Amino acid sequence: MLKVNGISITFNPGTVNEKKALDRLSLHVKPGDFISIIGANGAGKSTLFNAVSGTFYTDEGTITLDGKDITLMPEHKRARIIGRLFQDPMLGTAPDISIMENMALAAGKGGWLSILSNKEKADFKDRVALLEMGLENRMSQPVRLLSGGQRQALTLLMATYHAPKLLLLDEHTAALDPATAEKVLEITRQVVAENRLTCLMITHNMQNALDLGNRTLMMNRGKIIYDVEGEERKGLTVRDLLERFKSKVGEELDNDRMLLSD
Amino acid sequence: MGVILPLLQTALELGLTGGLTVLALFLSYSMLNVCDLSTDGCFTLGAAVGAVVAIAGHPYLSILAAMGAGILSGLITAVIQTKMGVDSLLAGIIVNTGLYSINIAIMSGSSILNMNKTDTVFTKMKDLLKGTFLNDQYKLIVILFAVILVCVFLALFLKTRLGLAIRATGNNPAMVKSSSINPVFTTIIGLCVANAFTGLSGCLMAQAQKSVDINIGTGMVTIALASLLIGRTFFGKRKIPVQIVGAVIGAFIFRLVYTIALRLNMPAYMLKLVSSVIVILAIFLPYLKTRYPMLRRRLGILSGRKKGGDSHAEG
Repeated sequence: MLKVNGISITFNPGTVNEKKALDRLSLHVKPGDFISIIGANGAGKSTLFNAVSGTFYTDEGTITLDGKDITLMPEHKRARIIGRLFQDPMLGTAPDISIMENMALAAGKGGWLSILSNKEKADFKDRVALLEMGLENRMSQPVRLLSGGQRQALTLLMATYHAPKLLLLDEHTAALDPATAEKVLEITRQVVAENRLTCLMITHNMQNALDLGNRTLMMNRGKIIYDVEGEERKGLTVRDLLERFKSKVGEELDNDRMLLSD
Repeated sequence: MGVILPLLQTALELGLTGGLTVLALFLSYSMLNVCDLSTDGCFTLGAAVGAVVAIAGHPYLSILAAMGAGILSGLITAVIQTKMGVDSLLAGIIVNTGLYSINIAIMSGSSILNMNKTDTVFTKMKDLLKGTFLNDQYKLIVILFAVILVCVFLALFLKTRLGLAIRATGNNPAMVKSSSINPVFTTIIGLCVANAFTGLSGCLMAQAQKSVDINIGTGMVTIALASLLIGRTFFGKRKIPVQIVGAVIGAFIFRLVYTIALRLNMPAYMLKLVSSVIVILAIFLPYLKTRYPMLRRRLGILSGRKKGGDSHAEG
């Protein structure tokens, strides 16, 4: 599925701020994997996502997705096969255009000069109705009038419209209030299960990291320091994770937003 | 009545001709969020190319040529800012400067071209309307026709997938990329279309006044921005077709106020100062509104304290 082979990236090379954000990192993701990723501040979690989705190119190493080398593919082309959600709910939608029009851009059907048909409009409305947020009655309203949770749910719908080969979730519920976060997480579970999506999810919620998915990665200083799945993962507690971190790194896990429990 | 009608007519003709440039900025500034400072040069380019082709005996072709020249100019501005790492404001200024030389070259080294005896779309319309009751309205009819055509085109264009992508590019380029669309592409198309309108605007302005001089476009970007922002205060966050009409009405209001001011003996050279002040006010007033609560608190603290007190009001 996704094969990341020895990728590195260094920010601000040759300056005092030089930082090796990814250090010959390798990762093999199997089809249908739902992987949660945890790690300290600056561990390189988001950088890994940026590298995979093409926000920037790596200094070395290769990335292949479904047998296709995407190492040097531009970001907007990768977006056809990789869906992504950010922590900031504002990033995934265009605020001044309507829900309908945002959906139309995500769907990307028809030629450049095509105009939405009634059939497409009905389809978008049906899909938005699945969120059960009442947004289907506000299709012509600009997205800026939506709450953060509503925008994030809509972004999820847009990112998965074409069932991407890979879905990247970068703490996508972290900026939401607990109830909304739970709702968006529930929708995420549904969408991922229905489309059998392969998914990577960064989270600061250690319990979520263990509850969701089938595999958990722990990152530190641009490397994966702990990779657990199957039987070993089933028995793990948050305390175990923290101890693993300490034994691997030799210091306490330090993340200012880390939730040790829920 | 005898004074008001010609006054209205002048404001309508000039307002609508410049209105085409306002529509161009509506696309580039309001939709794409790019302040295209090559507008002045592109306006003159349209005027020069249109004049040269018309003088060569092709009044209809002159319109297409001016728009084509505008597209080319927009393409260059867009490529410089999206592919060559030049800041978008700087790209506009650079192209504007370069166009000065090109425009004089197009006019064969002269800075003025005369079209007194040239066949233009206006003279053609004048001939067509000879003897009818619309005899004196030939200018207005040509310009109105062009403005309506551009408005309808723009309203339809912005509803297409490409148009939506252009609007989203000005709104959230990251989201455009996530939708598998290259924002470089949408920026290039947007600027090409916008500058086609600017070129058309310059061409019609020159042919209406039967002459081009190299300074015909100077200050157009500020005048058009002033018109756009006037339109926005009345028709701001409405639906797109309303905003488009609002932009044209803004251009008319701007010219009307200016024409009236001329009647009241304001010297003609004040036009550009007036447009500058309008742009500043149109941007400053909404800004002041957001700052007002803080300013009021600060003033309240200052006045409630004796001189020489400490400066808690800082920040």
